[in-house]
Amino acid sequence: MVSLMQTDELLLPATAVEAPDTVCAPVEEEEYEVVYQRPHTLVERSMHYCPGCAHSLVHKLLMEVVEELGIQEQTIGVAPVGCSVFAYDYMDIDMQEAAHGRAAAVATAIRRLMPDRYVFTYQGDGDLAAIGIAETIHAVNRGENILIVFMNNAVYGMTSGQMAPTTLAGMKTTTSPYGRNQPMHGNTMKVSELLAQLPGAYYVTRQAVNSANAVRRTKKALLNAFKYQPQHKGTCIVEILANCPSNWRMTPVETSKFIDEEMVKTFPLGDIKVPKPETV
Amino acid sequence: MKGNEALAEAAIRAGCDAYFGYPITPQSEVLEYLAREMPLRNRIVLQAESEVASINMVYGGAGAGFRVMTSSSSPGISLMQEGISYMAGAELPALIVNVNRAGPGLGTIQPGQGDYFQATKGGGHGDYRLIVLAPASVQEMADHVYLGFDMADKYRNPVMILSDGAIGQMMEKVRFYDYTPPTTPKPWATVGKPATRGRNYITSLHIQPEQMELHNNRLEAKFNEIRNNEVRFDEMETEDAEFLFIAYGLSSRICRKAVELAREKGIRVGLLRPITLFPYPYERLGILAQQTKLMLTVELNSGQMIEDVRLAVNGKVPVFHYGRMGGIVPTPEEIVHHLENLIGITHAN
Repeated sequence: MVSLMQTDELLLPATAVEAPDTVCAPVEEEEYEVVYQRPHTLVERSMHYCPGCAHSLVHKLLMEVVEELGIQEQTIGVAPVGCSVFAYDYMDIDMQEAAHGRAAAVATAIRRLMPDRYVFTYQGDGDLAAIGIAETIHAVNRGENILIVFMNNAVYGMTSGQMAPTTLAGMKTTTSPYGRNQPMHGNTMKVSELLAQLPGAYYVTRQAVNSANAVRRTKKALLNAFKYQPQHKGTCIVEILANCPSNWRMTPVETSKFIDEEMVKTFPLGDIKVPKPETV
Repeated sequence: MKGNEALAEAAIRAGCDAYFGYPITPQSEVLEYLAREMPLRNRIVLQAESEVASINMVYGGAGAGFRVMTSSSSPGISLMQEGISYMAGAELPALIVNVNRAGPGLGTIQPGQGDYFQATKGGGHGDYRLIVLAPASVQEMADHVYLGFDMADKYRNPVMILSDGAIGQMMEKVRFYDYTPPTTPKPWATVGKPATRGRNYITSLHIQPEQMELHNNRLEAKFNEIRNNEVRFDEMETEDAEFLFIAYGLSSRICRKAVELAREKGIRVGLLRPITLFPYPYERLGILAQQTKLMLTVELNSGQMIEDVRLAVNGKVPVFHYGRMGGIVPTPEEIVHHLENLIGITHAN
């Protein structure tokens, strides 16, 4: 079991390195069949995320889904305040940057004014579960036809690892240095379970991206959520347990183990609310 | 028609695509009127869970290129300041209406002008300005909606109508003049990226200091353009005025009566009524300072606009303030009496 011990060592995100203009020479290109490549909906540039961070992977999955559904021209994303504040630098779609916590309100207006578009928010747990919980609950309760991609790494990532509403009991963060305990810090908030109670929530699922299988399931969940949007049935929430090596003070491999061994005890993976089969 | 209703009707006629709001006295009529009328025209009206949500919905709608607005009263406008700052930073056009009540805090639901500083000097964080319009009649409650939307689109900046509880609640005749919304191209709007252009994104984030300063300079250049082009004011009996009232909105209406009363007594007083509070008519006041002996601002606050008048006259003429607060509205007699006292004091000096 990986320990979340505090260390005196300050771990800084690795500096992003500009990719050279020519990544690979076009020699002998015809001899190989391309079986996998960056979706063209993802901007070709190096990302600012830390090595082992889940954001870059989920950005790619989202943009793969947008590409596969052929909805690049109809999709508008809303970025949060948090590590993924620069999401619009990487996703080759129209996007809006919302104030901290307000993405669901911003997305509400976009989708109401353009009901034929696909609208998603991309939010971390500090953004969505703390400062933005009111906007989130009310958007879901109204059944806004948006997708909320909820990145849960149990800490505030961008401000370097403070306690979030989603921080696990006993988990050490920079603002719960002796471990989260209920009398002092309150309980861990399970937002997806909370939102699933609301009649406006159509599809709620919790996934992870810490293994090849988990990545495939997450992509499937995102694909489902996008497919539901034109049906005007309500809000889709895809929560993703997100590796955060820098703020958990772990190696990327350790973070994947931490998700499997610790996080899922509080945040079990799988569908929380699925659409009822239509009676035709 | 009530001021608030005239404003709401004008919003419909101005081609407002969506209204987002939250109930608060004394402006709930706007939300109620639009909740009734907008769905009949297949437009969006949404009662949000808070003013915070309202202003962020306005952000989203404006960012998608639509004509959108919200309205509230003082405590609600305070809650919107974060979103207003973001909108100014992201250069989003929208109309925000403040039916000013007396404060601070929960204050009272009676009219006030205590939000002058908040409206004209920033309100939210960072370097930005709102274009601020101050209607003084039900007619202007309607007219300023057209003007406000047009200026917002022209300058890609939020516009505030700073009204008050009395102008919002009073009933007067109003004429809705013919108006066709201009088709302002919004190539920056996030409507979905076609293959023919690069992606659009709406943001106020410029993390590199050099980029941020460049953005600040660009915004400031825009505000200077607004200062040069958009100053609006109204004058009464200023040609031969020895003394001058300066008042906007509700207090300017009382001052009109006060000018008449004072003139009957042989006191040559005039009135300057700023219609735009940003940009402010500094230049005109500077000219009037050359012919007047004394200026008196009449405000429903403890003295806020007086600072701009003093800036404008730059010490050339003494500037005084007369204000009532708590929602109490001064009588014209009270104002004339105060002016007479001031004239007496300055003559004695």
